[in-house]
Amino acid sequence: MNLKLIADIAKSLLMARWRQSLVAAIGVTFSITMFIALLGFMNGLNDLLDGLILNRTPHVRLFNEIKPNPNQPINLSNDFQGGHNFIQSIKSSGGRLEIHNGGAILAALKVDPRVLGISPKISSQVLYNSGTIDITGAVSGIDVIAESELFFFKDYIREGEPLDLKNVSNSIILGKGVAEKLLAEIGDVVQVTTSKGDRLPLKVVGKFQSGIADFDKVQSFASIATVQKLLGKPNTYVTDIQIKLKDLNTAPSVAKEYAKIFQADAEDIQTANSQFSTGSFVRTLISYSVGIVLLIVAGFGIYNILNMMIYEKMDTIAILKATGFSGSDVRKIFLGIALSIGLLGGLLGLVFGFSLSLIIDQIPFNTAALPTIKTYPVNYNPKFYIIGIVFSLFTTYLAGFFPARKASKIDPVIIIRGK
Amino acid sequence: MAKTVLQSSNINKSFKDPIVVPVLKDISFSVDQGEFVSVTGKSGCGKSTLLYILSTMDTDYEGDLRIDGNLMRGKTESELARIRNEKIGFVFQFHYLLNEFTVLKNVMLPGLKLQKYSEAEVEHRAMEHLKTLGIETLALKKANQLSGGEKQRVAISRALINDPLIIMGDEPTGNLDKKNSDIVFDIFKQLCEEFKQTLLIVTHDQSFAENTHRIIEMEDGRIISN
Repeated sequence: MNLKLIADIAKSLLMARWRQSLVAAIGVTFSITMFIALLGFMNGLNDLLDGLILNRTPHVRLFNEIKPNPNQPINLSNDFQGGHNFIQSIKSSGGRLEIHNGGAILAALKVDPRVLGISPKISSQVLYNSGTIDITGAVSGIDVIAESELFFFKDYIREGEPLDLKNVSNSIILGKGVAEKLLAEIGDVVQVTTSKGDRLPLKVVGKFQSGIADFDKVQSFASIATVQKLLGKPNTYVTDIQIKLKDLNTAPSVAKEYAKIFQADAEDIQTANSQFSTGSFVRTLISYSVGIVLLIVAGFGIYNILNMMIYEKMDTIAILKATGFSGSDVRKIFLGIALSIGLLGGLLGLVFGFSLSLIIDQIPFNTAALPTIKTYPVNYNPKFYIIGIVFSLFTTYLAGFFPARKASKIDPVIIIRGK
Repeated sequence: MAKTVLQSSNINKSFKDPIVVPVLKDISFSVDQGEFVSVTGKSGCGKSTLLYILSTMDTDYEGDLRIDGNLMRGKTESELARIRNEKIGFVFQFHYLLNEFTVLKNVMLPGLKLQKYSEAEVEHRAMEHLKTLGIETLALKKANQLSGGEKQRVAISRALINDPLIIMGDEPTGNLDKKNSDIVFDIFKQLCEEFKQTLLIVTHDQSFAENTHRIIEMEDGRIISN
């Protein structure tokens, strides 16, 4: 092929008008820079906001909900099978929050290949006692190690050492809001009363801040054993099994399956937090739209410059054709010019975009709601960089396509005769 | 009897916009290997139009054109480009060098396109041609730094690079002064006599035409003397 020759000619034409070419390339550079910085920043924020809720939400949660029994006695009667039965004043049954046969379920989940990890949990309603005031709240019994691994529990501990929850008996990590109300510091002992009236003193070993203030005002954490003791339950008692899956998207189907097998309620993350993924989706959509609009604008710049170049280089095109270059050779030359502008501008854009991301990453960003965040979050996913360069090539190709086609159709006779 | 290089039989052409104006009427002639032919006629008699048809650049005509025995009708645009590249050398009135390139590269381009020789060989051959025309010292200058006469000689070197069957010229001396015209004419003459190069030159310069082997005179789209 003649590619080397064509590239050579394209390069010479490009260099002959290097100022214009540079302006075109800067247009692409600017849009790719903004594209990368915008997507990196937006996705950084998305990850952060998702992390607030989604990271801490199990993909599938097994629990027993207090609800009316779907199998009412009338359904068992042969006399009333044919019709539609209306029953009034049904009350919820049970009140048994414990997951039946929890040990066996945990064992079964551990060998399921779809499951990344499991963390049992006990939810309990309590009153924190501070002098004469009782503050309503909740203490969750958790397995600190599993919770840290799967749901980033450690990241939200502002003071104290999370492992103390396991190592120190009768210990508690208070929510920041709870600690402020109780005026409790690490090492203090707080009194906790259960709904059944049992009271237990617990030693404060840490404080956590989730970023959701209302949550921090009621929630505290203790070890599973401590909560079992608090509630006066045996050591097989768990109310929730939190499951993290290898593939988040399978959660709804897995949840249905588990609900059937384990005869418990199962809630998947999509149902529990659908509004969060919608928010992320919209933000991503906006950043992509802005990035693509920027690129299209740059594309018009390239289109103009190539069009102008073709008018200026009519003679050159005519002479190339007269001396034996075909229309497709000419088209390749101009597409080559467009793509070189796109590639050069795009690569520079990636570098500048990365630099801009690094700068954004250094800007301080302190908010009480987000304890672990000190600077603006930025996502450096290589995906954005690949999309950026592919898109810069794609738009410049489109921008070059029509001028190049026009150049390929120039009739040399008209140019040569017209002089 | 020498080989026929180019044969035109009953070529007709009309401009159809806005009204049908016939510009070429029944043009039939042939050019043999080694001939130095000039086409003359008054301005507007159709001689340039004829040349563009003969050069395969204009495909909108009736009649048959054969180059090297092959019929040009029905060939695709890229096949015609290939024929121009390989078999026809061009010299235009306005030299038409590419200003982005050096003189040497200008001469080399059609050779590089043909890919009959390696790049080094094409370069060597280009230098040889420049030497023959006495302008080898200009090889590394940019095309726009040359004088008109020099440019035209470079254009001739470029026309020669692929050893074409025929060199076609469209008023190659039309834009040059007497001295440079003579130089260009002498080069053509030398090419014809020493290298048996076939030449077909359109000109309205009578003194130029009179010195060629054969004059085809045109008037109002017809050949009036051959």
